[in-house]
Amino acid sequence: MSTALLSFEHVAFGYTPARQIFTDLNYQLRRGTLTVILGPNGIGKTTLLYMALGWLRPSAGRVLLENRPLDTYSRAELGRRVSFVPQTERQPYSYTVMEYVLFGRAPHLALFGAPGKADKEAARQALARAGIPALGDAYVDQLSGGEGQLVLIARALAQEPRVLLLDEPSAHLDLGNKYRLMQTLSDLRDGGTTILMTTHDPEIALTASDETVLVDGSGSVMVGAPAEILTAERLSRLYKLPQGALEIRASRPGLFLRPI
Amino acid sequence: MNEDESLLRTDRGKAWKDWLWVLFAVSFVLLLGLSVFLGRYPQAGFLRPGQLRENELARLLVLNIRLPRLLTAALLGMVLAASGTVFQMIFANPLVEPGFLGVSQGAAFGAAVAIVFLSASAAAVQGTAALFAFLGLGFSYLLARRIRVGSWLLRLVLAGIAVSALFSAGLGIVKYLADPLRQLPEITFWMLGGLASITWDKFWAVLPACLLGLALIFAFRWRLNLLALDETTSFSLGAAPRRERSLMMVAAVLATSAIISVAGMVGWIGLIIPHIARRLVGSDTRRNLPAAMLLGGAFAVICDDLARMLIAGEIPLGILTSLLGAAIFMVLMARGLGKGVRV
Repeated sequence: MSTALLSFEHVAFGYTPARQIFTDLNYQLRRGTLTVILGPNGIGKTTLLYMALGWLRPSAGRVLLENRPLDTYSRAELGRRVSFVPQTERQPYSYTVMEYVLFGRAPHLALFGAPGKADKEAARQALARAGIPALGDAYVDQLSGGEGQLVLIARALAQEPRVLLLDEPSAHLDLGNKYRLMQTLSDLRDGGTTILMTTHDPEIALTASDETVLVDGSGSVMVGAPAEILTAERLSRLYKLPQGALEIRASRPGLFLRPI
Repeated sequence: MNEDESLLRTDRGKAWKDWLWVLFAVSFVLLLGLSVFLGRYPQAGFLRPGQLRENELARLLVLNIRLPRLLTAALLGMVLAASGTVFQMIFANPLVEPGFLGVSQGAAFGAAVAIVFLSASAAAVQGTAALFAFLGLGFSYLLARRIRVGSWLLRLVLAGIAVSALFSAGLGIVKYLADPLRQLPEITFWMLGGLASITWDKFWAVLPACLLGLALIFAFRWRLNLLALDETTSFSLGAAPRRERSLMMVAAVLATSAIISVAGMVGWIGLIIPHIARRLVGSDTRRNLPAAMLLGGAFAVICDDLARMLIAGEIPLGILTSLLGAAIFMVLMARGLGKGVRV
């Protein structure tokens, strides 16, 4: 079995012909890693994630999941392999957390099916793995931001995916919730789930990722170990920071901003 | 989380909700049984079982007039409630019903066209009404996609209002051209809705389309939940949101247009009943869709019982459902739309 779970081969994509986000993207997501896609706002991080999900199709090149082109999978097949945690989600009706997490069982069910006992058990396990085993009876519209994010993760885990995609999971979380979220994600990685997430927060890439994918607007990406990819010089240029504003201390992984 | 909070968050009365539908089903069957004996012949009130044996006319009346009418009323309520649920899920909004999106006005216009310009046979009226119901929906949807202001909801409502207005203008023209003695009363019946003219023939004519639509929606009832989620989310859950939404919309409009082709425009059931069902048994459509169907059937039967019982003449059904539905709606609005309902 190759180590590449997802591969992008010569992928090009643009929302309009004039504005190409990717021109020749080559990237392989390694199995069993927690990989972070980093880049400034609007540079194409979510686009990359949507292509991994199959929601957006490249205009040229192809995306392979386990050596098979993504568009040769049926909807249910793909739903059993790739799951997705959006940044925010509109919840028009007041479901219980359990009902909501059970939606993750949809790709395992027939078109006219409904979840049964085994699916409930899978949902319970997903809640436990997401670190919220006691939340099943709560209502999704009464949760805090951090809990809401974990419920979305539990739903994605109920799909029993090979790869878990997350779009800016830490964007609306405070320091404590951000810490707990990253802890949960690295526990999941240790449990064998491959994770691909976007963030605009370099600190998360630096401290939590096995591999960092830097989207720098060049039409492709840079990939490598976080400490190699994330140099003060490169980040300053990418985020348009004045010289000397950013310092990365190699001795203690972390990133410090100081006002000047 | 402290103890008080966890108590608040726990859904205490969960187990009985699983059995609520049995209560609904039993009450519905009882209601149907009672309604057969309810009427104004031979006396206002209940027919005694003995009279069925002795009175030939009473027996004929029950078998050939009351029974098809009763079954059509039940079907009408079930179809409108199920379709309402489908629309409220697809548009992820609790205030949508088929009538808002040009479907009802489209069907009314289609029926009027059939009455005036085509043969007024049940088949022609039903077919044309169904066709224009679909056109109304499709037109509203396309228009909403082209409008450039406001949220998706606002655009849909605007498009629905515009398309409905277009069709009611068309309906006005058709009425103006109609024969005032023969055709106009028949069209007017549309605007008010009613089941007084239901025969077995009409019931059998609309039954297949209604059953097909209802069966599809019922089989899909759990998956309907996924269609209310954001499109990327339902896609990531392995659904094909656009395809599945279209399938459900077609099933709903098929059944709705069939039933209103014989019953006329009966409003409010599709809006209010799914709402009540959601409050009683929760947001999961796997549970609230069957509940809505039973409640809708019961509501329509009760309204029709009142329509034929209250006065010696007949009160048009649409007037009663609007009256009761709007009253209930006002109470619900005043008490808030319920947990998690955002507009």
